[in-house]
Amino acid sequence: MARILPYLLGGISVGGQYALIAIGYTMVYGILRLINFAHGDIFTAAGFFMVYAAASLPIYVSVAVVILLTIFMGVLVERVAYKPLRSAPRMSVMISAIGMSYLLQNVMWYITGGLAKRYPIIPWISNSVTILGYTTKRVTIITPFLTLILVVALVILIQKTKIGMAMRAASRDFETAQLMGIKIDNVISFTFVVGSALAAVGSLLYFSNYATVTPVVGAMPGLKAFVAAVFGGIGSIPGAVLGGFIIGISETLTKGAGLTTFSDAVTFALLIIILVVKPTGLFGEKPTQKV
Amino acid sequence: MSDNVLKVENVTMQFGGVVAVDNVNLEVNAGEIVSLIGPNGAGKTTAFNVITGVYPPTNGVVYFEGKKIVENYPRGKMKKLYKTENNGAYTHAIEPTPDKITRMGVARTFQNIRLWSSQTVFENILIAKHCRVTAGLLSATFRMNKLEERRQREECDELLRILGLEGVRNELATSLPYGQQRRVEIARALATQPKLLLLDEPAAGMNPQETQELTAFISRIRTDFRLTVFIIEHHMALVMDISDRIYVLDFGKLIASGTPAKVQNDQRVVDAYLGVSEDA
Amino acid sequence: MKRNRIPQFFIIVGAFLLLLAVVLMLDNVPGVPVMLLIVLRKGAIYALVAVSMNILNGFTGLFSLGQAGFMLLGAYTYAILTVPVENQALVYQRYPNGGIGFSVTESLGRVLGQPGLLLGVIICLILGGIVAGVFAYLIGLPVLRLKSDYLAIATLGFAEIIRAVVQYEKLGPITNGSNLLSNFTNFSNFHLGSLKLDTVMPFVFAGVCIWVITLIINSTYGRAFKAIRDDEVAAEAMGINLANHKRMSFIISSFFAGISGAMLAMYQASVQATIFKAAMTYEILLIVVLGGIGSISGSIIAAFLFVGSSEWWLRFLDNTTVLPNFNAKLLFAIIFAAIVVSIVFLVVYRQNKAQKSRPEAVGRGRKILSLKLSGVITLVVGTLLLLGDLRFLISPDLQVPLLRSGFRMVVFSIIVMIVVLFFSRGLMGDRELPDLFRTRHKRL
Ligand SMILES: Nc1ncnc2c1ncn2[C@@H]1O[C@H](COP(=O)(O)OP(=O)(O)OP(=O)(O)O)[C@@H](O)[C@H]1O
Ligand SMILES: [Mg+2]
Repeated sequence: MARILPYLLGGISVGGQYALIAIGYTMVYGILRLINFAHGDIFTAAGFFMVYAAASLPIYVSVAVVILLTIFMGVLVERVAYKPLRSAPRMSVMISAIGMSYLLQNVMWYITGGLAKRYPIIPWISNSVTILGYTTKRVTIITPFLTLILVVALVILIQKTKIGMAMRAASRDFETAQLMGIKIDNVISFTFVVGSALAAVGSLLYFSNYATVTPVVGAMPGLKAFVAAVFGGIGSIPGAVLGGFIIGISETLTKGAGLTTFSDAVTFALLIIILVVKPTGLFGEKPTQKV
Repeated sequence: MSDNVLKVENVTMQFGGVVAVDNVNLEVNAGEIVSLIGPNGAGKTTAFNVITGVYPPTNGVVYFEGKKIVENYPRGKMKKLYKTENNGAYTHAIEPTPDKITRMGVARTFQNIRLWSSQTVFENILIAKHCRVTAGLLSATFRMNKLEERRQREECDELLRILGLEGVRNELATSLPYGQQRRVEIARALATQPKLLLLDEPAAGMNPQETQELTAFISRIRTDFRLTVFIIEHHMALVMDISDRIYVLDFGKLIASGTPAKVQNDQRVVDAYLGVSEDA
Repeated sequence: MKRNRIPQFFIIVGAFLLLLAVVLMLDNVPGVPVMLLIVLRKGAIYALVAVSMNILNGFTGLFSLGQAGFMLLGAYTYAILTVPVENQALVYQRYPNGGIGFSVTESLGRVLGQPGLLLGVIICLILGGIVAGVFAYLIGLPVLRLKSDYLAIATLGFAEIIRAVVQYEKLGPITNGSNLLSNFTNFSNFHLGSLKLDTVMPFVFAGVCIWVITLIINSTYGRAFKAIRDDEVAAEAMGINLANHKRMSFIISSFFAGISGAMLAMYQASVQATIFKAAMTYEILLIVVLGGIGSISGSIIAAFLFVGSSEWWLRFLDNTTVLPNFNAKLLFAIIFAAIVVSIVFLVVYRQNKAQKSRPEAVGRGRKILSLKLSGVITLVVGTLLLLGDLRFLISPDLQVPLLRSGFRMVVFSIIVMIVVLFFSRGLMGDRELPDLFRTRHKRL
């Protein structure tokens, strides 16, 4: 027990970070039926924003700036790369998403020269604490709680507010929602606002733990978060959160078992297992097609 | 067994709470032209979808030439939701994919035309022949199936001729006017060499003259291809003209059946079409 | 119809032989830029893998992102089977008794000489394809029943898994873990008399494979694939078994991806798992998109263009450049301005036209320009670039701004996004080269 505790704690923590990113994937997929491949890169960009912002601004101001910039970027990506293709075949949009991811990665590489940048230390959350005789950064401890608080807030937002209702309607039936006078573009933008904001928070927590940012560092957590979303049942927010934790914990436990080469592969093995056993994911609903 | 080609027994199709087809029984005999009519949303297309395997029904059986092709009973979530009769009458599930049913000899057209948009008229028909191809991937790739391929192409040209589509052979199918597209759909269905042809509103979008031609045409292919035809149609002149028998569906339920004359004079049918006021 | 069919076949074969002759010459005449040869070799291999991806994405309408994984399988299968016995100790340094203890090409080559070596290579290339195909079959079992998005994720995931598995220590005696596999039979082992065949061989292999793919696409099975792409429901209703045909297409695509992976290993004369990352799949996908989804000749052309610009023509973008004098600077500035202006013009013109012909825009006609955000951004960025160009021209500085490591890829991805957003049909749309010479839409 004592031996696996650090891995378990680490797993819960990284799982919470995956969950925060996964929500962005799952919400966008729920409405646009689009895998937003660029989401992982937006998460990375948030990391770089922090690096550059903290270089000239007080740290807590930077946090706010980072979140705002990330939101702006998420919405911009949607407006530029997805909105013009709303009536195009699904595959074109997916390709546009991949192209956008490629573009963001290359731009980040160009700007940073491909070098790893030191992530600024955010006081308090980067401090060390000791829990059950095991020393770790405070971020490890607060991540799951922060994640849960944010998710509860999001669920309330979706259940109780008007825009939340519009989101639910749009994810149930895009066309009908549009016909009923829901301003679908606003709903979509809002989805990207929420998704990007959560990704920004996720990135603050993630990089506080890992200390450096590189242009491609977001690709893997991004993919894993997406797997988490699929695992939980794409389109379902509780599913994404649960998926995030499961993926995070299994990853760190694999590392704990000394199979570090497989820490990424195990995520995808889980994915393939769930696709075999329950294709719609833990909480997913089976869509019906009309003929 | 009797000579019915198609027999639908106690079929119910329920989408969530909506009962689109409600415990329907019907038969279509060999060589007959039978129509299925009813107001919009009555469940006609859904009935076709069940027969052709697109949706597994919630309950009931479909026989084709005396053989069970589809069977199902309320399961899972449906156990609690199921609203109508004959719950528990069936205990097996047979859910073939539509292609299997087509290869058995049931072909269909679609109400909202579904031609392959990047393909020409001829290619659309030729592709429908694919389900009768005997050559494997390797022999087809290296063109060792020349004889079969040539025969199929000739058959397709023959179908084009019969349907009067030679003139548009190499046009993109979806670039044609509506009436012609419907005819391409019929040609495509015929290309699969069916015994039973299901037509979903074949006259929709046709002008009166085209409709008249279609009426004559359907009668003709019945004899030429020795077909049994089952039609959904709103066009009453056509229905009354060619049907041997008619089934009427309303809110998923069969409300009348019989010869055109009999159905025409059935009060319930008139009510269903004209609508009965609430307090009647 | 029938009569002009046969000559067309001969024209194609003749053209291909002519091409081979030219390539053979380039290979052996002194003074040919090495870069050109590299582009030709790598281009041929990328053409094959792009076409293989197009089978699935372009002709069957399935979206798979596992190409790099299947290439890896082909490359490793090939390499493992062909490392000569005496080299195995050297290659598998870290694993005593590593290697499989025999080499297909070496054994056959010893018995039959060069023809045996060639036979061995062909057998191992095909085995590479078969291994990839078998894996495709296994992945396809659960995944092809689902919607195509899941296929994309599952194949992407599979590619990651396979990369990890290959590098696993315990498999080291066979895969050499995370180390390089090298010293196996490659293109430079072949000679015709004293002629080198380094570039001809990839052309022959890729050419034959692409020819087979074309045959498949134009066979009754290929037509069924296209029907599934156009309308799955109708295809199924017309008796096409979706599961079988999708699986078939997936396996064929992976088979040829495996072969191209093996060819890549031959070309590089070494292979390491780390290059087969998702980024590689993305690049191949982008080639397919640039060439036109559903066009074989488009994929081929785009592959050469892609390899040519990334390895050669656009290399200068990665180097900090100081121009020699003002005239060079002027020339540079003019060319740059011309490129920017033409791209911006094309984009803006197209989008403006498309926007104005929308039903809700008709009748409003007075607006001069009607653009979406993407068009506006293009316009603004273009203007900024021109201003920058002007500033550079009037400044005394001779060093070209922006050019430094990484800029090539930025330019590249911008080109890709412009194609995706504004010219979504790519170079060729879904047409083939011969279609360009026909006036009317006529096939078969
Ligand atoms: N896939 C589905 N999911 C949910 N409900 C459906 C589905 N398909 C059909 N329905 C519902 O079933 C009912 C019957 O529809 P159906 O299309 O069979 O009617 P129809 O008789 O063919 O009408 P029309 O004459 O307009 O073609 C309708 O209320 C429809 O909304
Ligand atoms: Mg209908």
